Amino acid sequence: MLNQVEALGRWGIDSLEQLGRAGVLLGRVVLRVPNLRKGFPLTMQQVYAEGVLSLLIIIVSGLFIGMVVALQGYHTLAKFGAAQQLGPLVALSVTRELGPVVTALLFAGRAGSAITAEIGLMKATEQLSSMEMMAVDPLHRVVSPRLWGGFISMPMLTIVFNVVAIYGAYLIGVKWLGLNSGAFWANMQTSVDFHLDVLNGIIKSIVFGLVVIWISVSQGYEAEPTSAGIAKATTNTVVYSSLAILGLDFVLTAMMIGGW
Amino acid sequence: MNNLVEIKDLYFSRNGRAIFQGVNIHIPRGKVTAIMGPSGTGKTTLLRLIGAQLRPSQGEILVADENIHSLSRKALYRLRKKMGMLCQTGGLFTHINVFENVAFPLREHTQLTEAMIHSLVLLKLEMVGLRGARDLMPSELSGGMSRRVALARAIALDPELIMYDEPFSGQDPISMAVLVKLIRTINDAMGLTSVIVSHDVTETLSIADYIYVIAGGKIIGQGTPNQIDHEKAQQVRQFLDGLPDGPVPFHYPAEPFASDLLGVRLDA
Repeated sequence: MLNQVEALGRWGIDSLEQLGRAGVLLGRVVLRVPNLRKGFPLTMQQVYAEGVLSLLIIIVSGLFIGMVVALQGYHTLAKFGAAQQLGPLVALSVTRELGPVVTALLFAGRAGSAITAEIGLMKATEQLSSMEMMAVDPLHRVVSPRLWGGFISMPMLTIVFNVVAIYGAYLIGVKWLGLNSGAFWANMQTSVDFHLDVLNGIIKSIVFGLVVIWISVSQGYEAEPTSAGIAKATTNTVVYSSLAILGLDFVLTAMMIGGW
Repeated sequence: MNNLVEIKDLYFSRNGRAIFQGVNIHIPRGKVTAIMGPSGTGKTTLLRLIGAQLRPSQGEILVADENIHSLSRKALYRLRKKMGMLCQTGGLFTHINVFENVAFPLREHTQLTEAMIHSLVLLKLEMVGLRGARDLMPSELSGGMSRRVALARAIALDPELIMYDEPFSGQDPISMAVLVKLIRTINDAMGLTSVIVSHDVTETLSIADYIYVIAGGKIIGQGTPNQIDHEKAQQVRQFLDGLPDGPVPFHYPAEPFASDLLGVRLDA
Protein backbone atom coordinates (compact mmCIF):
# COMPACT_ATOMS: atom_id res chain seq x y z
CA MET A 1 0.00 0.00 0.00
CA LEU A 2 2.77 2.40 1.01
CA ASN A 3 4.65 1.51 -2.15
CA GLN A 4 1.63 2.42 -4.25
CA VAL A 5 1.27 5.76 -2.49
CA GLU A 6 4.97 6.38 -2.99
CA ALA A 7 4.71 5.47 -6.69
CA LEU A 8 1.73 7.79 -7.07
CA GLY A 9 3.61 10.61 -5.37
CA ARG A 10 6.65 10.02 -7.55
CA TRP A 11 4.47 10.02 -10.67
CA GLY A 12 2.87 13.27 -9.56
CA ILE A 13 6.22 14.96 -8.92
CA ASP A 14 7.65 13.67 -12.22
CA SER A 15 4.62 14.93 -14.13
CA LEU A 16 4.81 18.36 -12.52
CA GLU A 17 8.54 18.52 -13.20
CA GLN A 18 7.94 17.60 -16.84
CA LEU A 19 5.24 20.27 -17.10
CA GLY A 20 7.54 22.80 -15.47
CA ARG A 21 10.37 22.05 -17.90
CA ALA A 22 7.99 22.30 -20.85
CA GLY A 23 6.76 25.64 -19.46
CA VAL A 24 10.29 26.99 -19.15
CA LEU A 25 11.00 25.85 -22.71
CA LEU A 26 7.89 27.63 -24.01
CA GLY A 27 8.74 30.73 -22.02
CA ARG A 28 12.30 30.85 -23.33
CA VAL A 29 11.09 30.53 -26.92
CA VAL A 30 8.19 32.97 -26.69
CA LEU A 31 9.71 35.63 -24.46
CA ARG A 32 12.89 36.23 -26.43
CA VAL A 33 13.41 39.08 -28.85
CA PRO A 34 13.07 37.49 -32.30
CA ASN A 35 15.90 37.74 -34.81
CA LEU A 36 13.87 38.29 -37.96
CA ARG A 37 16.80 38.06 -40.38
CA LYS A 38 17.60 34.49 -39.33
CA GLY A 39 14.30 33.45 -37.80
CA PHE A 40 11.93 34.34 -40.64
CA PRO A 41 13.39 32.01 -43.32
CA LEU A 42 13.64 29.16 -40.79
CA THR A 43 10.04 29.67 -39.71
CA MET A 44 8.89 29.72 -43.33
CA GLN A 45 10.69 26.42 -43.93
CA GLN A 46 8.73 24.98 -41.03
CA VAL A 47 5.44 26.42 -42.32
CA TYR A 48 6.21 24.44 -45.48
CA ALA A 49 7.20 21.26 -43.60
CA GLU A 50 4.37 21.36 -41.07
CA GLY A 51 1.66 23.19 -43.02
CA VAL A 52 2.06 22.73 -46.76
CA LEU A 53 3.10 19.09 -46.48
CA SER A 54 0.06 18.39 -44.26
CA LEU A 55 -2.29 19.81 -46.91
CA LEU A 56 -2.95 16.51 -48.66
CA ILE A 57 -4.18 14.67 -45.55
CA ILE A 58 -6.19 17.73 -44.48
CA ILE A 59 -7.87 18.14 -47.89
CA VAL A 60 -8.69 14.45 -48.32
CA SER A 61 -9.99 14.15 -44.74
CA GLY A 62 -11.97 17.37 -45.04
CA LEU A 63 -13.59 16.24 -48.24
CA PHE A 64 -14.66 12.87 -46.87
CA ILE A 65 -15.84 14.25 -43.53
CA GLY A 66 -17.92 16.90 -45.32
CA MET A 67 -19.42 14.25 -47.58
CA VAL A 68 -20.23 11.88 -44.70
CA VAL A 69 -21.81 14.62 -42.57
CA ALA A 70 -23.92 15.67 -45.58
CA LEU A 71 -25.01 12.11 -46.26
CA GLN A 72 -25.90 11.39 -42.64
CA GLY A 73 -27.48 14.81 -42.12
CA TYR A 74 -29.60 14.67 -45.26
CA HIS A 75 -31.29 11.39 -44.32
CA THR A 76 -32.02 12.55 -40.77
CA LEU A 77 -33.24 16.01 -41.85
CA ALA A 78 -35.37 14.51 -44.63
CA LYS A 79 -37.39 12.60 -42.02
CA PHE A 80 -38.55 15.96 -40.63
CA GLY A 81 -38.93 17.56 -44.05
CA ALA A 82 -36.00 19.84 -43.30
CA ALA A 83 -33.52 18.66 -45.92
CA GLN A 84 -33.07 22.25 -47.06
CA GLN A 85 -31.30 22.90 -43.75
CA LEU A 86 -28.40 20.67 -44.78
CA GLY A 87 -26.18 23.68 -45.58
CA PRO A 88 -26.45 25.20 -42.07
CA LEU A 89 -26.06 21.78 -40.44
CA VAL A 90 -22.81 21.05 -42.25
CA ALA A 91 -21.43 24.58 -41.99
CA LEU A 92 -22.09 24.88 -38.26
CA SER A 93 -20.74 21.40 -37.46
CA VAL A 94 -17.63 22.00 -39.49
CA THR A 95 -16.76 25.58 -38.53
CA ARG A 96 -17.55 25.17 -34.83
CA GLU A 97 -16.29 21.67 -34.07
CA LEU A 98 -15.14 19.31 -36.78
CA GLY A 99 -12.81 21.75 -38.51
CA PRO A 100 -10.65 22.77 -35.56
CA VAL A 101 -10.80 19.41 -33.75
CA VAL A 102 -10.18 17.05 -36.66
CA THR A 103 -7.51 19.32 -38.16
CA ALA A 104 -5.71 19.46 -34.82
CA LEU A 105 -5.90 15.68 -34.38
CA LEU A 106 -4.55 15.14 -37.89
CA PHE A 107 -1.90 17.81 -37.35
CA ALA A 108 -0.75 16.08 -34.15
CA GLY A 109 -0.48 12.76 -35.97
CA ARG A 110 1.16 14.10 -39.12
CA ALA A 111 3.33 17.07 -38.09
CA GLY A 112 3.52 16.81 -34.28
CA SER A 113 4.88 13.27 -34.22
CA ALA A 114 7.38 14.15 -36.97
CA ILE A 115 8.66 17.14 -34.99
CA THR A 116 9.07 15.09 -31.81
CA ALA A 117 10.95 12.35 -33.66
CA GLU A 118 13.13 14.87 -35.50
CA ILE A 119 14.15 16.82 -32.39
CA GLY A 120 14.59 13.60 -30.39
CA LEU A 121 16.85 12.14 -33.07
CA MET A 122 18.83 15.36 -33.28
CA LYS A 123 19.39 15.01 -29.55
CA ALA A 124 20.32 11.32 -29.75
CA THR A 125 22.83 11.96 -32.56
CA GLU A 126 24.44 14.81 -30.60
CA GLN A 127 23.36 17.43 -33.14
CA LEU A 128 21.79 19.61 -30.45
CA SER A 129 24.83 19.22 -28.23
CA SER A 130 27.17 20.17 -31.12
CA MET A 131 25.02 23.19 -31.81
CA GLU A 132 25.28 24.31 -28.19
CA MET A 133 29.05 23.93 -28.29
CA MET A 134 29.11 26.04 -31.46
CA ALA A 135 27.48 28.78 -29.38
CA VAL A 136 24.17 28.36 -31.20
CA ASP A 137 21.17 27.93 -28.91
CA PRO A 138 19.13 24.94 -30.14
CA LEU A 139 16.03 26.52 -28.62
CA HIS A 140 16.36 29.43 -31.01
CA ARG A 141 17.70 27.56 -34.01
CA VAL A 142 15.62 24.35 -33.83
CA VAL A 143 12.71 24.67 -31.41
CA SER A 144 11.56 28.24 -32.04
CA PRO A 145 11.02 27.99 -35.84
CA ARG A 146 9.13 24.72 -35.39
CA LEU A 147 6.91 26.22 -32.72
CA TRP A 148 6.08 29.34 -34.70
CA GLY A 149 5.74 27.33 -37.92
CA GLY A 150 3.10 25.11 -36.31
CA PHE A 151 1.39 28.08 -34.67
CA ILE A 152 1.01 29.80 -38.06
CA SER A 153 0.07 26.63 -39.96
CA MET A 154 -2.74 25.31 -37.77
CA PRO A 155 -5.36 28.06 -38.31
CA MET A 156 -4.63 28.08 -42.04
CA LEU A 157 -5.03 24.31 -42.26
CA THR A 158 -8.32 24.62 -40.34
CA ILE A 159 -9.62 27.18 -42.84
CA VAL A 160 -8.66 24.86 -45.72
CA PHE A 161 -10.35 21.94 -43.94
CA ASN A 162 -13.54 23.97 -43.40
CA VAL A 163 -13.74 25.09 -47.03
CA VAL A 164 -13.07 21.61 -48.41
CA ALA A 165 -15.52 19.93 -46.01
CA ILE A 166 -18.29 22.37 -46.98
CA TYR A 167 -17.50 21.78 -50.64
CA GLY A 168 -17.73 18.00 -50.00
CA ALA A 169 -21.15 18.53 -48.46
CA TYR A 170 -22.16 20.62 -51.47
CA LEU A 171 -21.12 17.81 -53.81
CA ILE A 172 -23.26 15.29 -51.92
CA GLY A 173 -26.23 17.51 -51.06
CA VAL A 174 -26.59 19.44 -54.29
CA LYS A 175 -24.85 17.44 -57.00
CA TRP A 176 -25.81 13.96 -55.83
CA LEU A 177 -28.95 14.21 -53.70
CA GLY A 178 -30.46 17.02 -55.76
CA LEU A 179 -30.96 19.81 -53.20
CA ASN A 180 -31.44 23.30 -54.57
CA SER A 181 -28.06 24.98 -54.85
CA GLY A 182 -29.41 28.47 -54.03
CA ALA A 183 -31.22 27.22 -50.92
CA PHE A 184 -28.13 25.30 -49.80
CA TRP A 185 -25.91 28.38 -49.86
CA ALA A 186 -28.55 30.95 -48.82
CA ASN A 187 -29.62 28.97 -45.74
CA MET A 188 -26.01 28.53 -44.81
CA GLN A 189 -25.34 32.24 -45.17
CA THR A 190 -28.27 33.23 -42.94
CA SER A 191 -27.48 30.68 -40.23
CA VAL A 192 -23.75 31.03 -39.90
CA ASP A 193 -22.49 33.98 -37.91
CA PHE A 194 -18.96 35.05 -38.76
CA HIS A 195 -17.98 35.98 -35.24
CA LEU A 196 -19.82 33.29 -33.26
CA ASP A 197 -19.16 30.38 -35.55
CA VAL A 198 -16.27 30.99 -37.93
CA LEU A 199 -14.06 33.18 -35.75
CA ASN A 200 -14.61 31.10 -32.63
CA GLY A 201 -13.61 28.02 -34.61
CA ILE A 202 -10.42 29.76 -35.71
CA ILE A 203 -9.70 30.79 -32.10
CA LYS A 204 -10.06 27.13 -31.12
CA SER A 205 -7.64 26.12 -33.85
CA ILE A 206 -5.08 28.69 -32.66
CA VAL A 207 -5.28 27.31 -29.11
CA PHE A 208 -5.09 23.69 -30.33
CA GLY A 209 -2.19 24.56 -32.62
CA LEU A 210 -0.21 26.11 -29.81
CA VAL A 211 -0.87 23.19 -27.46
CA VAL A 212 -0.06 20.51 -30.04
CA ILE A 213 3.15 22.16 -31.15
CA TRP A 214 4.18 22.88 -27.56
CA ILE A 215 3.69 19.23 -26.63
CA SER A 216 5.54 18.12 -29.77
CA VAL A 217 8.65 20.24 -29.29
CA SER A 218 8.90 19.71 -25.54
CA GLN A 219 8.49 15.93 -25.88
CA GLY A 220 11.23 15.90 -28.53
CA TYR A 221 13.54 18.18 -26.55
CA GLU A 222 13.11 16.21 -23.33
CA ALA A 223 13.15 12.78 -25.00
CA GLU A 224 15.54 10.20 -23.64
CA PRO A 225 18.18 9.95 -26.40
CA THR A 226 17.64 6.26 -27.16
CA SER A 227 15.47 4.52 -29.75
CA ALA A 228 13.01 3.47 -27.04
CA GLY A 229 13.00 7.00 -25.60
CA ILE A 230 12.22 8.57 -28.95
CA ALA A 231 9.47 6.01 -29.64
CA LYS A 232 7.93 6.82 -26.24
CA ALA A 233 8.17 10.56 -26.82
CA THR A 234 6.52 10.26 -30.24
CA THR A 235 3.68 8.18 -28.80
CA ASN A 236 3.30 10.66 -25.92
CA THR A 237 3.00 13.52 -28.40
CA VAL A 238 0.06 11.92 -30.18
CA VAL A 239 -1.65 10.73 -26.98
CA TYR A 240 -1.18 13.93 -24.96
CA SER A 241 -2.08 16.13 -27.93
CA SER A 242 -5.27 14.19 -28.66
CA LEU A 243 -6.37 14.32 -25.03
CA ALA A 244 -5.49 17.98 -24.73
CA ILE A 245 -7.40 18.85 -27.92
CA LEU A 246 -10.55 17.03 -26.81
CA GLY A 247 -10.39 18.36 -23.25
CA LEU A 248 -9.69 21.92 -24.34
CA ASP A 249 -12.44 21.70 -26.95
CA PHE A 250 -14.95 21.11 -24.19
CA VAL A 251 -13.59 23.97 -22.09
CA LEU A 252 -13.48 26.39 -25.02
CA THR A 253 -16.95 25.38 -26.24
CA ALA A 254 -18.37 25.90 -22.75
CA MET A 255 -16.71 29.32 -22.58
CA MET A 256 -17.88 30.33 -26.05
CA ILE A 257 -21.47 29.20 -25.51
CA GLY A 258 -21.47 30.98 -22.17
CA GLY A 259 -20.34 34.14 -23.97
CA TRP A 260 -16.86 33.94 -22.35
CA MET B 1 48.51 32.50 -17.36
CA ASN B 2 49.90 29.58 -19.31
CA ASN B 3 46.97 27.25 -18.74
CA LEU B 4 43.96 27.69 -21.00
CA VAL B 5 41.80 25.39 -18.89
CA GLU B 6 42.15 24.81 -15.15
CA ILE B 7 39.99 22.31 -13.34
CA LYS B 8 40.19 22.80 -9.58
CA ASP B 9 38.92 20.32 -7.02
CA LEU B 10 36.09 19.13 -9.23
CA TYR B 11 33.26 17.10 -7.78
CA PHE B 12 30.35 15.91 -9.87
CA SER B 13 27.67 13.32 -9.28
CA ARG B 14 24.72 12.12 -11.31
CA ASN B 15 21.70 10.15 -10.09
CA GLY B 16 23.39 9.79 -6.70
CA ARG B 17 26.53 8.29 -8.23
CA ALA B 18 29.80 10.17 -7.71
CA ILE B 19 31.54 10.63 -11.08
CA PHE B 20 34.38 12.96 -10.00
CA GLN B 21 35.76 13.31 -6.50
CA GLY B 22 38.31 16.09 -6.25
CA VAL B 23 39.84 16.15 -9.73
CA ASN B 24 42.52 18.73 -10.60
CA ILE B 25 43.60 19.08 -14.22
CA HIS B 26 45.65 21.79 -15.96
CA ILE B 27 45.51 22.11 -19.71
CA PRO B 28 48.38 24.25 -21.00
CA ARG B 29 48.05 26.47 -24.05
CA GLY B 30 49.31 25.12 -27.36
CA LYS B 31 49.63 21.54 -26.12
CA VAL B 32 47.74 18.31 -26.73
CA THR B 33 46.48 17.06 -23.38
CA ALA B 34 44.88 13.63 -23.18
CA ILE B 35 42.46 12.37 -20.59
CA MET B 36 42.33 8.61 -20.55
CA GLY B 37 40.49 6.05 -18.57
CA PRO B 38 38.20 3.04 -18.81
CA SER B 39 34.71 3.39 -20.30
CA GLY B 40 32.16 4.87 -17.92
CA THR B 41 34.65 6.90 -15.87
CA GLY B 42 33.10 10.16 -16.98
CA LYS B 43 35.52 11.32 -19.68
CA THR B 44 32.76 12.67 -21.89
CA THR B 45 31.13 14.19 -18.80
CA LEU B 46 34.38 16.04 -18.13
CA LEU B 47 34.29 17.62 -21.61
CA ARG B 48 30.67 18.63 -21.06
CA LEU B 49 31.69 20.19 -17.75
CA ILE B 50 34.48 22.15 -19.49
CA GLY B 51 31.96 23.29 -22.12
CA ALA B 52 29.47 24.22 -19.33
CA GLN B 53 26.81 21.88 -20.68
CA LEU B 54 26.83 20.41 -17.16
CA ARG B 55 27.43 22.07 -13.80
CA PRO B 56 29.83 20.67 -11.20
CA SER B 57 28.55 19.91 -7.69
CA GLN B 58 31.70 21.48 -6.25
CA GLY B 59 34.92 23.03 -7.50
CA GLU B 60 35.50 25.30 -10.46
CA ILE B 61 36.60 25.20 -14.06
CA LEU B 62 38.45 28.18 -15.50
CA VAL B 63 38.54 28.57 -19.26
CA ALA B 64 40.68 31.45 -20.49
CA ASP B 65 40.79 32.69 -16.87
CA GLU B 66 36.99 32.84 -16.61
CA ASN B 67 34.96 30.61 -14.33
CA ILE B 68 32.79 29.16 -17.07
CA HIS B 69 29.95 28.16 -14.75
CA SER B 70 29.46 31.62 -13.32
CA LEU B 71 29.08 33.31 -16.72
CA SER B 72 25.80 34.69 -18.03
CA ARG B 73 24.30 32.87 -21.00
CA LYS B 74 25.51 35.62 -23.33
CA ALA B 75 29.05 35.53 -21.97
CA LEU B 76 29.06 31.72 -22.07
CA TYR B 77 28.06 31.71 -25.74
CA ARG B 78 30.75 34.32 -26.45
CA LEU B 79 33.32 32.07 -24.81
CA ARG B 80 32.04 28.99 -26.62
CA LYS B 81 32.87 30.67 -29.92
CA LYS B 82 36.49 30.16 -28.88
CA MET B 83 35.88 26.44 -28.26
CA GLY B 84 35.38 23.61 -30.71
CA MET B 85 34.14 20.17 -29.82
CA LEU B 86 34.18 16.96 -31.75
CA CYS B 87 31.42 14.71 -30.43
CA GLN B 88 31.73 10.94 -30.39
CA THR B 89 29.34 10.54 -33.31
CA GLY B 90 30.48 13.68 -35.11
CA GLY B 91 27.12 15.36 -34.54
CA LEU B 92 26.82 16.45 -38.18
CA PHE B 93 23.48 17.95 -39.22
CA THR B 94 21.91 15.24 -41.31
CA HIS B 95 19.62 17.48 -43.37
CA ILE B 96 22.42 19.55 -44.95
CA ASN B 97 25.48 18.56 -46.97
CA VAL B 98 29.14 18.61 -45.95
CA PHE B 99 29.75 22.13 -47.25
CA GLU B 100 26.76 23.56 -45.38
CA ASN B 101 27.74 21.71 -42.20
CA VAL B 102 31.15 23.39 -42.19
CA ALA B 103 29.62 26.71 -43.21
CA PHE B 104 27.06 26.54 -40.37
CA PRO B 105 29.08 28.27 -37.61
CA LEU B 106 30.30 30.89 -40.08
CA ARG B 107 26.76 31.70 -41.19
CA GLU B 108 25.55 31.82 -37.60
CA HIS B 109 28.29 33.97 -36.13
CA THR B 110 29.72 36.11 -38.90
CA GLN B 111 28.47 38.55 -41.51
CA LEU B 112 30.92 37.28 -44.13
CA THR B 113 29.98 37.38 -47.79
CA GLU B 114 29.02 34.18 -49.56
CA ALA B 115 32.30 34.24 -51.52
CA MET B 116 34.31 34.51 -48.31
CA ILE B 117 32.35 31.69 -46.64
CA HIS B 118 32.90 29.57 -49.75
CA SER B 119 36.67 30.11 -49.60
CA LEU B 120 36.90 29.51 -45.84
CA VAL B 121 34.87 26.30 -46.01
CA LEU B 122 37.02 24.97 -48.83
CA LEU B 123 40.16 25.84 -46.86
CA LYS B 124 38.94 23.93 -43.82
CA LEU B 125 37.81 20.98 -45.93
CA GLU B 126 41.18 20.96 -47.69
CA MET B 127 42.89 20.75 -44.29
CA VAL B 128 41.01 17.55 -43.48
CA GLY B 129 41.38 16.23 -47.03
CA LEU B 130 37.69 16.28 -47.89
CA ARG B 131 37.35 19.20 -50.30
CA GLY B 132 36.13 16.70 -52.90
CA ALA B 133 33.34 15.51 -50.59
CA ARG B 134 31.73 18.93 -50.13
CA ASP B 135 28.50 18.00 -51.93
CA LEU B 136 27.96 14.70 -50.12
CA MET B 137 25.29 14.30 -47.47
CA PRO B 138 26.37 13.07 -43.99
CA SER B 139 24.62 9.73 -44.62
CA GLU B 140 26.98 9.13 -47.57
CA LEU B 141 30.13 9.50 -45.44
CA SER B 142 32.10 6.77 -43.68
CA GLY B 143 32.63 7.05 -39.91
CA GLY B 144 36.15 8.42 -40.36
CA MET B 145 35.03 10.96 -42.97
CA SER B 146 32.20 12.13 -40.70
CA ARG B 147 34.68 12.87 -37.93
CA ARG B 148 36.94 14.74 -40.33
CA VAL B 149 34.02 16.87 -41.51
CA ALA B 150 33.06 17.49 -37.87
CA LEU B 151 36.68 18.48 -37.25
CA ALA B 152 36.58 20.94 -40.16
CA ARG B 153 33.37 22.38 -38.70
CA ALA B 154 34.86 22.57 -35.19
CA ILE B 155 37.80 24.64 -36.48
CA ALA B 156 35.69 26.80 -38.80
CA LEU B 157 35.74 29.74 -36.39
CA ASP B 158 39.45 29.27 -35.59
CA PRO B 159 38.88 28.41 -31.92
CA GLU B 160 41.54 28.54 -29.21
CA LEU B 161 40.51 25.24 -27.65
CA ILE B 162 39.35 22.08 -29.32
CA MET B 163 38.00 19.06 -27.47
CA TYR B 164 37.91 15.60 -29.01
CA ASP B 165 35.52 13.06 -27.52
CA GLU B 166 36.78 9.55 -28.33
CA PRO B 167 38.06 10.53 -31.78
CA PHE B 168 39.53 7.09 -32.54
CA SER B 169 36.81 4.74 -31.33
CA GLY B 170 35.35 2.48 -34.00
CA GLN B 171 37.81 3.62 -36.69
CA ASP B 172 39.71 1.40 -39.09
CA PRO B 173 43.55 1.63 -38.92
CA ILE B 174 43.79 4.02 -41.88
CA SER B 175 41.12 6.41 -40.53
CA MET B 176 42.77 6.22 -37.14
CA ALA B 177 46.18 7.16 -38.57
CA VAL B 178 44.59 10.02 -40.54
CA LEU B 179 42.90 11.37 -37.41
CA VAL B 180 46.07 11.07 -35.33
CA LYS B 181 47.99 13.04 -37.96
CA LEU B 182 45.22 15.62 -38.32
CA ILE B 183 44.88 16.29 -34.59
CA ARG B 184 48.59 16.90 -34.21
CA THR B 185 48.95 18.91 -37.43
CA ILE B 186 45.95 21.11 -36.74
CA ASN B 187 47.07 21.71 -33.17
CA ASP B 188 50.53 22.83 -34.25
CA ALA B 189 49.60 24.66 -37.45
CA MET B 190 46.77 26.68 -35.91
CA GLY B 191 48.37 27.14 -32.49
CA LEU B 192 45.40 25.47 -30.82
CA THR B 193 45.07 23.87 -27.43
CA SER B 194 43.70 20.36 -27.74
CA VAL B 195 42.05 18.08 -25.22
CA ILE B 196 41.59 14.46 -26.23
CA VAL B 197 39.41 12.11 -24.29
CA SER B 198 40.12 8.56 -25.30
CA HIS B 199 40.72 4.99 -24.23
CA ASP B 200 42.80 4.11 -27.28
CA VAL B 201 46.18 3.83 -25.61
CA THR B 202 48.63 3.58 -28.54
CA GLU B 203 47.16 6.42 -30.58
CA THR B 204 46.77 8.73 -27.62
CA LEU B 205 50.28 8.11 -26.30
CA SER B 206 51.63 8.85 -29.79
CA ILE B 207 50.25 12.40 -30.02
CA ALA B 208 49.65 13.69 -26.49
CA ASP B 209 52.09 16.03 -24.77
CA TYR B 210 50.67 15.28 -21.34
CA ILE B 211 48.30 12.59 -20.13
CA TYR B 212 45.91 12.24 -17.21
CA VAL B 213 44.50 8.81 -16.40
CA ILE B 214 41.18 8.83 -14.57
CA ALA B 215 39.42 5.94 -12.84
CA GLY B 216 36.90 5.75 -10.05
CA GLY B 217 36.36 9.52 -10.06
CA LYS B 218 40.01 10.33 -9.33
CA ILE B 219 43.23 10.86 -11.22
CA ILE B 220 45.24 7.68 -10.86
CA GLY B 221 48.19 8.73 -12.97
CA GLN B 222 49.59 11.63 -14.93
CA GLY B 223 52.69 12.56 -16.88
CA THR B 224 54.23 12.70 -20.32
CA PRO B 225 53.60 9.70 -22.60
CA ASN B 226 57.01 8.33 -21.61
CA GLN B 227 56.30 8.69 -17.89
CA ILE B 228 52.88 7.09 -18.27
CA ASP B 229 54.36 4.24 -20.28
CA HIS B 230 56.73 3.48 -17.41
CA GLU B 231 54.14 3.98 -14.67
CA LYS B 232 54.20 1.20 -12.08
CA ALA B 233 50.84 1.76 -10.34
CA GLN B 234 48.74 -1.39 -10.74
CA GLN B 235 45.57 0.42 -11.76
CA VAL B 236 47.34 2.38 -14.51
CA ARG B 237 49.16 -0.73 -15.73
CA GLN B 238 45.92 -2.70 -15.96
CA PHE B 239 44.42 0.02 -18.15
CA LEU B 240 47.50 0.52 -20.36
CA ASP B 241 48.18 -3.19 -20.82
CA GLY B 242 44.53 -4.09 -21.23
CA LEU B 243 44.45 -6.76 -18.51
CA PRO B 244 41.01 -8.34 -18.03
CA ASP B 245 41.26 -8.50 -14.25
CA GLY B 246 43.00 -6.39 -11.66
CA PRO B 247 42.12 -3.35 -9.52
CA VAL B 248 39.22 -2.82 -11.95
CA PRO B 249 37.48 -6.16 -11.38
CA PHE B 250 36.20 -8.40 -14.16
CA HIS B 251 32.92 -8.85 -12.27
CA TYR B 252 30.41 -6.08 -11.79
CA PRO B 253 29.64 -5.86 -8.04
CA ALA B 254 27.01 -8.48 -7.16
CA GLU B 255 25.69 -10.77 -4.45
CA PRO B 256 27.75 -13.92 -3.83
CA PHE B 257 27.25 -16.31 -6.78
CA ALA B 258 25.99 -19.17 -4.60
CA SER B 259 23.25 -17.09 -3.01
CA ASP B 260 22.16 -15.82 -6.42
CA LEU B 261 21.92 -19.36 -7.75
CA LEU B 262 20.05 -20.63 -4.71
CA GLY B 263 17.79 -17.60 -4.71
CA VAL B 264 18.44 -16.89 -1.01
CA ARG B 265 20.65 -14.41 0.77
CA LEU B 266 23.35 -16.30 2.69
CA ASP B 267 23.53 -13.63 5.36
CA ALA B 268 19.75 -13.75 5.95
